[in-house]
Amino acid sequence: MASTTSEATSHAADAAHAASAPGMPQLDFSNWGNQIFWLLVTLVVIYFVLSRIALPRIAAVLAERQGTITNDIAAAEELKAKAVEAEDAYNKALADARAEAQRIVAEAKAEIQAELDAATAQADAEIAAKAAESEKAISAIRAGALESIREVAGDTAGEIVSALGGETDAKAVTAAIEARMKG
Amino acid sequence: MASDTHGAEEAGGLVFHPMDQFIVKPLFGGDAIHWYTPTNVTLWMVLAVVAIIGLLVLGTRRRAIVPSRSQSIGELAYGFIYKMVEDVAGKDAVKFFPYIMTLFMFIVTANFLGLLPMSFTTTSHFAVTVVLALLVFLTVTIVGFVKNGVGFLGLFWVSSAPLALRPILAVIELISYFVRPVSHSIRLAGNVMAGHAVIKVFAGFAAIAVVSPVSVVAITAMYGLEVLVAFIQAYVFTILTCVYLKDALHPSH
Repeated sequence: MASTTSEATSHAADAAHAASAPGMPQLDFSNWGNQIFWLLVTLVVIYFVLSRIALPRIAAVLAERQGTITNDIAAAEELKAKAVEAEDAYNKALADARAEAQRIVAEAKAEIQAELDAATAQADAEIAAKAAESEKAISAIRAGALESIREVAGDTAGEIVSALGGETDAKAVTAAIEARMKG
Repeated sequence: MASDTHGAEEAGGLVFHPMDQFIVKPLFGGDAIHWYTPTNVTLWMVLAVVAIIGLLVLGTRRRAIVPSRSQSIGELAYGFIYKMVEDVAGKDAVKFFPYIMTLFMFIVTANFLGLLPMSFTTTSHFAVTVVLALLVFLTVTIVGFVKNGVGFLGLFWVSSAPLALRPILAVIELISYFVRPVSHSIRLAGNVMAGHAVIKVFAGFAAIAVVSPVSVVAITAMYGLEVLVAFIQAYVFTILTCVYLKDALHPSH
C-alpha cells in the first residue's frame, strides 16, 4: 500500500483497497485457478502417500497387534485350562488320600475290636476254668471236711462212750452220726 | 497494511480488516497470480502435506506393537475413519477408504494449521471446498451409475411413498441431490471463515484499552470453539461423504 501521510490519503488508500478487492477474498475468482491447481497437487500427493505407504503400514501394524493379542489370549486360555486340570487332579488326590485314611482307620478299628474280642473270650474262658477248678477244690475241701467231721464225731463219740464205761459199738456210732449228718 | 491501520488509528477510529487474513498473495513477491504461482495457499498446503506425512508415515515408521504417541494418533485416525466408512457406507465401501482418508486428513490438518497465529487457512476458501465437494459429488454420481446402472435413479423414486406423491418427491430429491455439493462446500468454508473473521474482529477491539481484557477473553473462548469446529467440520465433511457414498452403493431407500 501507498504510505499514508495524512488522513485524506489514508481514506483514499482504504477506498482503493476496498475497490481493488471484494469484501470477501474468497469471492475473488481471479486466483481460483491457482488454488485449485495447488489443491489438486496436494490431494494427489496425500492420496499416494496414504494409499502406498501410510495406510498399508498402519493396517499391517493393527493386524499384527490383533494377531498378537489373539495368540496371547489363546495361550492364556490354555494355561487357565491347565491350572483347572491341575486343581482337579489335586482335589482328586486329596479325596483319594482321605478315603484311604478312612479305610485304614476302619481296618485298624476292626482289627483291634477282633483282638479285643479274642482276648475277652480267652479271659472269660480262663476265668470260667479257674472258677470251675476252685469250685472243685471247694467241694473237695467240703467233702474232706464232712469226712473229718464224721471221723472226729465217731472218734469223739467212741471216746465219750468208753469214758462212760460202755462198750463201743462202732456200727451204732456210725449209724447215729449218719443220721445226725442227714438231719 | 500496517501503515493503513496506523493511519486510521491516528484518525481516532477503529478499522477492522477481518478478511485480510484470507487474501491470496504470491509467496515470492510480484502481483500477478498465475495458476502455477507459488502463493501462501501453496505454502500452507505443503505444510499440511508435511504434517500428514510426519504423523502417518514418520510417526509409524517403527511399526511398534506397543505404539508410540505419534503412532497411536495415526492409528486412532486410521481406526476412526475406517470404522466410519465401514459403519456408514457399508463393507463394500472400504475400497474407497484411502480416498476418504485423504479428504479427512487434508481437511483436519488444514483446519488445525489454520488455527496457528499468522497462518493462512486453505479450507476457508470456497475454491478449495468447492473442489473437494465436487470431487465427492462426481465420485458418488459416477460410482452410482457404474455400480447400479439406471437403477441408481431409484434413489430419486421413493418407492415407500404413495404413488401420487412420488413424482413430487422425485423432484425434491433431485433438487436436494444437486444442492449437496453446495451445502457440502459452503458448510466447511463458511464455518472456518466465520470463526477466523470473528476472532479478527475481537482482536480489532483490543486496540481500545478499556475493552481489551474482554477482547482477550473473547478471543480465547472463540479460539477454543474454533478448535472444536476445526475437528467437527472435518468430521462432518467426511461422514457426509460416507453417507453419499452409501447412497451410491445402495440407492434403494
